[in-house]
Amino acid sequence: MLKDITLGQYFPIDSVVHKMDARYKIIITLLFLVMLFWGQHVTSLIAGFVFVAVAMICSKIPPKMVLKSLKPIVPILIFTGLLNLFLLDGGKTYFQWKFVKITEQGVQTSVFMLVRICLLIAGTSLLTYTTSPIVLTDAIESLLSPLKKLKMPVHELAMMMTIALRFIPTLIEETDKIMAAQKARGADMESGSLIQRAHALIPILIPLFVSAFRRAEELALAMECRCYHGGEGRTRLRVLKSGMRDYIALALMILLFAAVIVLNIILH
Amino acid sequence: MPILEAKNLTYTYSIGSPFEKTAVDHINLQIEQGEFVGIIGHTGSGKSTLMQMMNGLLKPTEGTVLLDGKDIWEKNADRRAVRFQVGLVFQYPEYQLFEETVYKDIAFGPKNMGLDEKEIDRRVRETAEAVGLREELLEKAPYALSGGQKRRVAIAGVMAMEPRVLILDEPTAGLDPKGRTKILTQLSAYQKRTGCTVMLVSHSMEDVAKYVSRLLVLSHAKVVCFDTPSNVFARGDELETMGLALPQITRVFRLLRERGITFPDEVYTVKYGAELLRARLEGRDPQC
Repeated sequence: MLKDITLGQYFPIDSVVHKMDARYKIIITLLFLVMLFWGQHVTSLIAGFVFVAVAMICSKIPPKMVLKSLKPIVPILIFTGLLNLFLLDGGKTYFQWKFVKITEQGVQTSVFMLVRICLLIAGTSLLTYTTSPIVLTDAIESLLSPLKKLKMPVHELAMMMTIALRFIPTLIEETDKIMAAQKARGADMESGSLIQRAHALIPILIPLFVSAFRRAEELALAMECRCYHGGEGRTRLRVLKSGMRDYIALALMILLFAAVIVLNIILH
Repeated sequence: MPILEAKNLTYTYSIGSPFEKTAVDHINLQIEQGEFVGIIGHTGSGKSTLMQMMNGLLKPTEGTVLLDGKDIWEKNADRRAVRFQVGLVFQYPEYQLFEETVYKDIAFGPKNMGLDEKEIDRRVRETAEAVGLREELLEKAPYALSGGQKRRVAIAGVMAMEPRVLILDEPTAGLDPKGRTKILTQLSAYQKRTGCTVMLVSHSMEDVAKYVSRLLVLSHAKVVCFDTPSNVFARGDELETMGLALPQITRVFRLLRERGITFPDEVYTVKYGAELLRARLEGRDPQC
């Protein structure tokens, strides 16, 4: 069913990582990404692996869930792997057939890239597993707030994201309902040619759009009734608070990054 | 043989996730041909989930649904055909209207059945009349109609498939008392005329008491009882602990009894209650 698609894939359990300040989690994840792509040596991959492993244990997210997050990128992995494997030239040649050639350089780079992408996805999905989408938007708003001085509508953007996120489950539920209702009237969405199938979407899309517009209108009215007038002077129900655990986590991340930099310089 | 039967029927949402919830828990039911069954239960008692399993929209986690004794989830079973035989009108069905005209929207179901133009035309006109839609409304856009009219168009859309079992999930929700009575009376008349089986989901006792022959009470995903309205209402105190209110008229007569004014049996329609009182005042026997 559509409802099983969890957006942002938030996995609500109680753990140290779940309790962390979302702003710190975002900064740490960004540092992790930079570290992964900056390091040209295998040490950065080891450090990345350590990071993912530690974060996974601390957040109590089952390894199965993390592996599941890798599933959608399997085609990309295969594509990148093959591309690097065949197109890069250098070092010893292992295999050659007409213009197809596999070399040492190719094998090395393709393995390196694969591990790197896997770690990238695993690390970032840990962020979304442990942080609800709404808190994430709050944190982004808070991190971007210096841009307000440059007249960037940060609050408005965050509010738009929050509303969009808030209504995705609602609209999915609505789509489910409409689909069920049209199926009850014998609508057939699973068979037929491409054109027939596109045609079969009309009975779903029209009611869905109508309801989305209706909801938007009602929401706008409700916000106005409660005197919403933008971000100026607005206080929050959930205030983002940072504490000891956030500082420690950030410090550890910086140390890890520093170690990777040092090792890179020494080993090169 | 019952027309529709549920055996050990169970449905669990989001199995294996932290949101797992059993909405229907090992339910057994037998619905006979031509019955008018009411289904009541508070919000979240599993009414809607149960109804969606009855016409094969949801696949049971456990157990079976039998239509004329045949399992609808049997291999190679045609579930689309099942849906034409067990018509389901969802809650707030007016939100599913999509065609340019009322006529086309009602015709959507019959068209999917592959009927010819003449038959479709007959069915659209007949059902529109059955739900009290005037002829000239048929060519209007559904979005131009009032809420109550839209609701009727949606109900007609399912009726036009002429299902042998018609299931309605809270068809009167959000309507004013007049609109409510009108829809229910028309439904009752339709059921008598066609002899089809009707299952009416509601959380208002008032609504169902008047029309149904049997009443199914659900609470916390399980069947509490499935009996005639008078037998069900006899367990009034039990119903009230489940958050279901008895019809107001029944409560009035219970209070009268507490004050020593007794009547032979339980009252659950205003008409019957009024007749009892009038007869008592005039010192004669009630005539119904």
